[in-house]
Amino acid sequence: MSELKKQPRTTDELLRLLEDEHTFVTLEGEGDALDTEMVINMGPSHPATHGVLRVVLKMNGETITRAIPELGYLHRAMEKLAENKSYHEFMPYTDRLDYMMPYSNNVAWCLAVEKAAGIEVPERAQVIRTLACELARISSHLLWLGSMVMDTGALTLFLHTFREREKIYDIFDLLTGARFTVSHSRIGGLASDLSPEALTALKSFIKQFPAHVQSWEKLLNRNKIFLQRTVGIGYIDGDLAVDMGLTGPNLRGSGVEWDLRKKMPYLKYADLQFDIPTSADGDSFSRYWVRMQEFYESVRIIEQCLDKLAPGPVRVDFAKQVYPWKSEVYHTMEGLIHDFMLTDWGVCPEPGQVYQAIETSKGELGFYIQSDGTGHPWRMKIRSPSFVNLQSLPYLLEGSQMADTVVIIGSLDPVMGEADK
Amino acid sequence: MKLELLGHLILTVAIFGSLFLFVAYAVYFERKVAAKMQNRVGPDRVGWYGLLQPFADILKLLLKEEIIATQATKFVHTLAPAISVIMAFITFAMIPIAEGFYIADINIGMLYMMAVTSIGVYGVTLAGWSSNSKYSLLGSMRASAQMISYELSMGLAVVGVILITQSISVVSIVESQTENILYWNIIRQPLGFLIFWIASFAEANRLPFDLPESEQELVGGFHTEYSSMRFALFFFAEYTHLIVASSILTTVYLGGYQIPFQSFLFPGLDGWWLVSAQILTFILKMCLFVFLFMWVRWTLPRFKYNHLMELGWKYLLPLGLLNVVLTAGWLLIYDGF
Repeated sequence: MSELKKQPRTTDELLRLLEDEHTFVTLEGEGDALDTEMVINMGPSHPATHGVLRVVLKMNGETITRAIPELGYLHRAMEKLAENKSYHEFMPYTDRLDYMMPYSNNVAWCLAVEKAAGIEVPERAQVIRTLACELARISSHLLWLGSMVMDTGALTLFLHTFREREKIYDIFDLLTGARFTVSHSRIGGLASDLSPEALTALKSFIKQFPAHVQSWEKLLNRNKIFLQRTVGIGYIDGDLAVDMGLTGPNLRGSGVEWDLRKKMPYLKYADLQFDIPTSADGDSFSRYWVRMQEFYESVRIIEQCLDKLAPGPVRVDFAKQVYPWKSEVYHTMEGLIHDFMLTDWGVCPEPGQVYQAIETSKGELGFYIQSDGTGHPWRMKIRSPSFVNLQSLPYLLEGSQMADTVVIIGSLDPVMGEADK
Repeated sequence: MKLELLGHLILTVAIFGSLFLFVAYAVYFERKVAAKMQNRVGPDRVGWYGLLQPFADILKLLLKEEIIATQATKFVHTLAPAISVIMAFITFAMIPIAEGFYIADINIGMLYMMAVTSIGVYGVTLAGWSSNSKYSLLGSMRASAQMISYELSMGLAVVGVILITQSISVVSIVESQTENILYWNIIRQPLGFLIFWIASFAEANRLPFDLPESEQELVGGFHTEYSSMRFALFFFAEYTHLIVASSILTTVYLGGYQIPFQSFLFPGLDGWWLVSAQILTFILKMCLFVFLFMWVRWTLPRFKYNHLMELGWKYLLPLGLLNVVLTAGWLLIYDGF
């Protein structure tokens, strides 16, 4: 209490008095003899920080001299929670990691568990997973596009991208039964097969979607103001990007051709024809450009997946490790017993450790599972791309302008649910 | 004498009253335009096609709790929205909406308009400063820098028109364009029109020049700390600026109330019919500009501070000077020294 009564003399002192000591970010040690610099607190509640990212900025006029991101406002202890959940029970939690593309998170989690338990997923399930992951990538990139362009000040495009996202939500609704948090993947397969209605909706979507992307590119690619806001803003070169641990479009925007779909293929990606768009400029515009090209690539992948879609089972028929179908559970004794056992004990992988990563729209999303042979992980670690990508934020922000902050954050495309876990 | 004064008073009240109504419906219009561009419906609940929406908005803002930040400088904080809205309104006094229909015609009308719009900046600047908030301060800093840069170009663009007209009175400027459509200043002063138009985006604080409030990074800028009716006044001032800027553009460059091809289309028009037709023409021309303002706002991204300065000082100002020199030179040759 005595500290509160003390009159603050400097800005830092005032901040220290106002802040809880655990959330206090120190911005000391720079020579600012004339006291011309201003500390400005951006977030955690700020319209352009994409959730609850907090950045403390030290500004000299409109120029940022230092930036310190402060994460953890959306921390829900996912990794600790996983230790007390069976592998299946953790599935809905992955939906809430990167809530822009829940399907990819489900798949990443399932792939990790399947690798640990040594389960081979049927062909058709893999194709549907691949296809839905790409659909999720489009959905996530759509939100990124809308919000990044909105951060530069053009509001209308956001609504246009949401019109397209709405169609994807509808497809997910038909495919999985849920629009947003899908939880559709299962360990050893899928919850349900791709219905004919979903297939029709998907086909009509990918038929008209590239034309929309083209129209947006027409609006933005040569727009003088948009170029001024993005070209040369938030520059990071390829080597530094690798050192910082950037992955995904942020890394490819710096000219490094690294995509897990090609380099460490999972699902059906090894059999598919697609390119990895890269751009060596390393600025916000090149990150924008890479993502725009990925729209077309994703559509290409979905088209090929539709060709590969052959009839077959979508879940492994092995009730010791994989949930039996409900028809079996309701009508046979063995099915019911296995359902109980799996719900109670769950999949029990051999003791050991496993790491499985997939390429999501943000970058490398990896799950590290250490199993002690029981039904829940002894330790689980999420390698979330948003968290690692945000590491480059201070480097990118320093020396740029106040108005650039929102564009740079937008071009990095972080999702706080994933960054804070 | 007394009767004349009464007539004048009625005209003033009528013009300002309808200006109020126009501002209220500019908000409605903007929301509808934005909705159309964004695949939405827009306001359609209050009244027929949502036509009573502006009144619902005003009522809502009136009934909201008024919050003044504890660290704010209260007097200035209260004064700022008033300055904004009053200055926006009294600019309109100079604008003739039909032949002989204006509140005042002073011989330095154009200067008066430039001066009053400049004072309007004080509203924004003081609001940001008195709120004692960092975001607001940044917003008001941007506002003052932006206004200084763009006032100059605007003034230079007008100089071209003044040279042609040989008068600073707004009424004379309009009357000099009444001959036919070729006499409109947009034809005679295309470069000046372009400069003036761009600068009036900055004057009216509209995107792509709405840096003082840029809701993305500054979260509203100068009016972040305002609520209730004080916020409504800023909102009102913004849309008044929009209407006034469109009116000035119409008056100075689009022949004001002049009906294009009147002698062909409506040769026998006179009396009150003529006045009504002129008022209608004026409103239509003004609405055209209002729509253009809105169209740009919902399409383009926002400029950055340094690029805004660059555009103002490195491009518009030299172009404005060039325009003045060209106009003066042309007049010199045309009039034969």
